[in-house]
Amino acid sequence: MHISEGVLSPAVLGGGAALAVVGCAIGLKKLDYEAIPRVAILSAAFFVASLIHVPVGPVGAHLVLNGLMGLLLGWMAFPAILIALFLQALLFQFGGLTVLGVNTVTMAAPAVICFYAYRGLLRRQGMPAAMAAFACGVTGILLSGLLVATALITTGQAFLQVAELVLLAHIPVMIIEGIITLFIFRFLKKVRPEMLEGIYA
Amino acid sequence: MHRLDPRGKIVVAGLFAVLMAVSKSYVAPLAGLALALICLALARLPLKKVIARLLAVNSFIFFLWFVLPLTYPGDVVWHFGPLSATRQGLVFTGLITLKSNAIIIALIALVATVPIVTLGQAMHDLRLPDKLCHLLLFTYRYLYVFEQEYHRLVQAMKIRGFQPRTDLHTYRSYAYLAAMLLVRSYDRADRVFQAMLCRGFHGVFYSLRTFSWQRRDGIFVMMAMVALAELLYLEWRMPNLL
Repeated sequence: MHISEGVLSPAVLGGGAALAVVGCAIGLKKLDYEAIPRVAILSAAFFVASLIHVPVGPVGAHLVLNGLMGLLLGWMAFPAILIALFLQALLFQFGGLTVLGVNTVTMAAPAVICFYAYRGLLRRQGMPAAMAAFACGVTGILLSGLLVATALITTGQAFLQVAELVLLAHIPVMIIEGIITLFIFRFLKKVRPEMLEGIYA
Repeated sequence: MHRLDPRGKIVVAGLFAVLMAVSKSYVAPLAGLALALICLALARLPLKKVIARLLAVNSFIFFLWFVLPLTYPGDVVWHFGPLSATRQGLVFTGLITLKSNAIIIALIALVATVPIVTLGQAMHDLRLPDKLCHLLLFTYRYLYVFEQEYHRLVQAMKIRGFQPRTDLHTYRSYAYLAAMLLVRSYDRADRVFQAMLCRGFHGVFYSLRTFSWQRRDGIFVMMAMVALAELLYLEWRMPNLL
């Protein structure tokens, strides 16, 4: 869920921007010149994959896949997500310039956390790896929903109900992301295991 | 408008967005909205498309209109069964709507009209990190390639009689669709990188296009700065409504 322009307070916007700069600096530091095409093309694919609409009962939700992005990219998820959100702001005007920092942090911080939290389990075989892949998808969305809610509440107490509704809306998406992340992980492990080498490093 | 140097436009749009985002009164955003509309008129974009875009982008704002006026503490002005809207809530939501749209319109008029490739180069000139600009250019370059790839895969699914429902089969199919996109991107990245090495790539993009800062750019930036200063003055002088 992206927050629009003009909603958050200057302090929250500034804090988000500062965190995003730090995250991107670490991500760019870890990114070799040789890896740029790989990371960029992968994030283009993620961008397109996030356009997939999945039916959830009568309504649809679109994929986010930030947990999976964390698994494949680690810290480099920060610059990759920044670029994706920047393009989204320019091409569709979703999100925006001043909220770019906050939106980057709410998406990318869970990705990095998922990477470090689950890579140990994901190296194993069978059930533990499958559970970890599911948990990775769930955690990515859960943390991102919590961060969005935090950004709204720190802007003003008036947003309390809005934040609650945002969190509620994340619950079905969470479960679906978990299932989809699990299937994608198993598919990649079978078809192209070298794509997952980041979690063994 | 479109002949202006993109570097000037990016800087002006960025400053404008920040100023709008931090303002607390109605006056500065109203004046800002007027300025943004003037820029939009000068940019001569197809009006229908811009309006359709604005409506789509305002979905989060619409959602706020349903919740905020009802939950914001203050004087009740309107009753509807158990629900009641407060004056402060309406004022606050209106302010958010105004600020948001002023920024979006300025962004459409000033930055979204610049081709992304030019934008990447301009960002490079504005001293943003090299790797970040490369990442932007590459990602944008392959965005539409993968969009086509995606449509091809979806078409293949449809031909085989796939119908999305709320069940595990649907989720598995979509997961494999996304995974296949990722696998293809990985393979393509390899080929692209090898092709770049063959052509002697060593980390620099050369562009035949150079920006030239002309008199009209100076005038544009001067005028924009004066307008921004006036907005700042309005914001500082006008009382806070809330």
